[in-house]
Amino acid sequence: MKTQLNDLLEKPHQGQTDYTAKDFKPNVDVRWCAGCGAISVLSPSQRLMPELGIPKEKIAYISGIGCSGRFPYYMDTYGFHSIHGRALPIASGLKIARPDLSVWVVMGDGDNMSIGGNHFIHTCRRNVDLNVMMFNNEVYSLTKGQYSPTSHRGQITKSSPLGALDDPFNPAALALGAGATFVARGHDKDRTKLHDLLKRAYEHKGVSFVEIYTNCRIFNDGAFDLYTSVETRDNYTIELEHGKPLVFGKTRNKGIILDGYTPKVVNLDQGEYSINDLLIHNEKDSTLAFILANMTYSEELPRPMGVIQAVQRASYEERVVNQIEHEIVTKGEGDLQSLLTGESSWLV
Amino acid sequence: MAKTSEHLEEATIRFAGDSGDGMQLIGTQFSETSGVAGNEVNTFPDYPSEIRAPEGTLYGVSAFQVHFGTHHIYTPGDTIDVLVAMNAASVKVNLPTLKAGGMIIANIEGFDERNLKLAKYTTNPLDDGSLSGYEVHAIDFHKEIKAALGELDISSKLIGKTKNIFALGLTYWLFQRPLDATIAWINKKFKGKDDIILANVHALRAGWNYAQKNPDFKTQYVIDRSALSPGRYRNITGNEAIALGLVVAAKKASMPLFLGSYPITPATDILHAISGYKKYGVKHLQAEDEIAGICSAIGAAYGGSLAVTTTSGPGLSLKTEAMGLAVMTELPLIIVDVQRAGPSTGMPTKPEQGDLLMAMFGRHGEAPMPILAAASPADCFDITLEAARIALKYMTPVLILSDGYIGQSSEPWKAPTVESLPEIKAYFATDPTDFSPYKRDEKTLRRQWAIPGFEGMEHRIGGLEKEDISGNVSQDPANHEKMVHLRQEKVDRVAQDIPEAVVEGEQEGDLLMLSWGSTYGAAKTAYERMRASGHILSFVHLRYMNPFPRNLDDILNRFERIALPELNSGQLQFLLQAKYLKRIIGIHKVQGKPFKSRELEEKLVNLLTEKEILV
Repeated sequence: MKTQLNDLLEKPHQGQTDYTAKDFKPNVDVRWCAGCGAISVLSPSQRLMPELGIPKEKIAYISGIGCSGRFPYYMDTYGFHSIHGRALPIASGLKIARPDLSVWVVMGDGDNMSIGGNHFIHTCRRNVDLNVMMFNNEVYSLTKGQYSPTSHRGQITKSSPLGALDDPFNPAALALGAGATFVARGHDKDRTKLHDLLKRAYEHKGVSFVEIYTNCRIFNDGAFDLYTSVETRDNYTIELEHGKPLVFGKTRNKGIILDGYTPKVVNLDQGEYSINDLLIHNEKDSTLAFILANMTYSEELPRPMGVIQAVQRASYEERVVNQIEHEIVTKGEGDLQSLLTGESSWLV
Repeated sequence: MAKTSEHLEEATIRFAGDSGDGMQLIGTQFSETSGVAGNEVNTFPDYPSEIRAPEGTLYGVSAFQVHFGTHHIYTPGDTIDVLVAMNAASVKVNLPTLKAGGMIIANIEGFDERNLKLAKYTTNPLDDGSLSGYEVHAIDFHKEIKAALGELDISSKLIGKTKNIFALGLTYWLFQRPLDATIAWINKKFKGKDDIILANVHALRAGWNYAQKNPDFKTQYVIDRSALSPGRYRNITGNEAIALGLVVAAKKASMPLFLGSYPITPATDILHAISGYKKYGVKHLQAEDEIAGICSAIGAAYGGSLAVTTTSGPGLSLKTEAMGLAVMTELPLIIVDVQRAGPSTGMPTKPEQGDLLMAMFGRHGEAPMPILAAASPADCFDITLEAARIALKYMTPVLILSDGYIGQSSEPWKAPTVESLPEIKAYFATDPTDFSPYKRDEKTLRRQWAIPGFEGMEHRIGGLEKEDISGNVSQDPANHEKMVHLRQEKVDRVAQDIPEAVVEGEQEGDLLMLSWGSTYGAAKTAYERMRASGHILSFVHLRYMNPFPRNLDDILNRFERIALPELNSGQLQFLLQAKYLKRIIGIHKVQGKPFKSRELEEKLVNLLTEKEILV
């Protein structure tokens, strides 16, 4: 149905689209703490935008509350810094109303897993075409250091001086369980990989959930060092690549096999196992995706990084449009006067 | 015995039975047919909040009341002339509102031992003489329908399901209503199910024939056509009218419509209606909760849609934080609150005007927004268009207060032509030169609205305080104070742009009755009746609750006493007294029931004659 909005938006883009990262840096100071993991997400984002080949007015960043909530201020696109936990329904409303936009959502672990948990599972279920970046630092930072839904049991924080009693959410498993079609994990110490993950998220039609380990220097410094620092990460993480065997280790001497449904680490140096015995990653296999996501908190197993699942399902806003179009095709475009008059009327 | 006919000015009929007896259905048919017959009609569905309360119980009675007449009918009627009672419980529950000498048409099947026990009768009221003050017709509906079907092979179960239609046919005879509209409706509704059509049509005729042949029914009542202005009419409920208003407002503004909503009684019918309007290009999201409902609407508003969220009391509570966000980001948004009795879950199917102060103040910080209150089912349409106009013109969320009473009751509505409807316009900022998101229109103070997709106007908004003009985040104390004042001033200026309040009756004097929202019907009826019997009083009805009409102060000062009926403990009374420092006499009812016009009349007459201050 043609509206004033169509006329305005159908105007062709007048300026350049050969942007550089600089075009996405607004003239404001970034006010995150020095060394904040979020800064490491900002630069890959600013680098990615010019590669998308879309006019920058078609991009919107929506955030909730917390340190991550400031993200839109640091991207020179359209942006909306909303309220605690509610970025996803706001972004969903925007995307459903405006499928032409590239909508990015920025949230923290507290924002998304706690107050916004309900919205998160339902956005995953609906498969709205949103690119969701969740900055996970396993702590509440802007409220100055309380435990979050991803804090580990026993974590000492200002609100858990004797250790947190709750077990953490496993965000990737939660997303998969809720029906997210694209689930990935990255971290702040490898900006190139992060850039690639965000690009994959953009290219995926439907909800894309990218959990990003971001170090909080002030309240939870070094929480992810084992998985992110150059010295240790090869032994403690496994980089997932579609169609490739699950191999890891500094000398790529270790791999994952399946023992029944249970993943097990094997050593490739001792002749018992070769690379041909290893589990092959398949992004399209949802059963495998659950197995991989559930490796997250295991002490024996490396933590999976990269794309855990990428499957296709029609996106919600697409279904909305299709339903409207189908209705118009079968019943004809609605006539306002007959709507006003109704089905049962009489003349006086 | 020959039948006679008698002319009446108006009458009220109430269909009452179990939740599954189809009372809402025949009530709707009776009101539609009465409209077609040229009467003015006002209806009220009154049902328990359980889906199917246990059969035969007093709390399970579901009813539909229709008030119809030759002159304008503003309420569903204070008292009942004819009670159609499907069981003993419906007699017990409704007897207090039945007029002395009123008629009871009772289905005797519903007065068996079990039903009598459930209705807490020790003896059968149809036999024990306790109803001697009424005209009672005790009829075996099932037997009569079966007889009417003759040789036709219709199952007993199906016959049982047509009892309500039999009752309808009988009342059609009583008030000389034509059968054809309902027969057409039956044929349409049950298309392809011939036995059901047959059974229902026979039952309808059987009801009519029964009364025609039975000597106990001596009189048919004639209610002349009313002098409605010529045009095409339909019955409309308040909830339907809001849904229509939304579609029309979006179309008028040439904007897409988006509804983000979560089901809640009694607002849900708006969601139902909107979800059926896909061919009008309408988008809606049945959200996971009330918060997501309003937030998705805010997202859609940010994207340039005419965005709406609909709810009832408890849902409004959940939306408060997001309402503050809409105020801060100065986005146009329509919030519909179909009020119900509270607090908390309260009485979900019963009306109350209990959310006015919450609408006014129920946000943290100073977060003003315009509030409009619909007066009647049909007025819900006009008020919705008005809300859209104000929201877009002033870039502000606007809250519409309706309630369970006008939301679900219906009245005939002259369907307007599209061309005759008021202009509604969206003011998008389209020129990037000199664009600042919080630069304001001088007259209305609306900010510049650039939506994503507009080149060269990329900017960030959000819930943090904004710097005047630039819209940058600002913690500057002086700026905050300025912005608080600007947001207030913007809402205040709406007063320049809305009609002045109209005083009916003397323009000054002793007593003014003031009403707002759905109390309009009872107040207006009481006012007209009192004027007709020679009382001196004046009447003002308010549709704009924030800001108030610019002449309200002046009006209040022209009267010695002001009486204000409200379905709460005095919320508007509180606002007016605070704002205008004028004592207001409150008339309060907090029973989950609308005012009866006689109730108001009695209090006002008392006020006029005894010069008493009501408490």
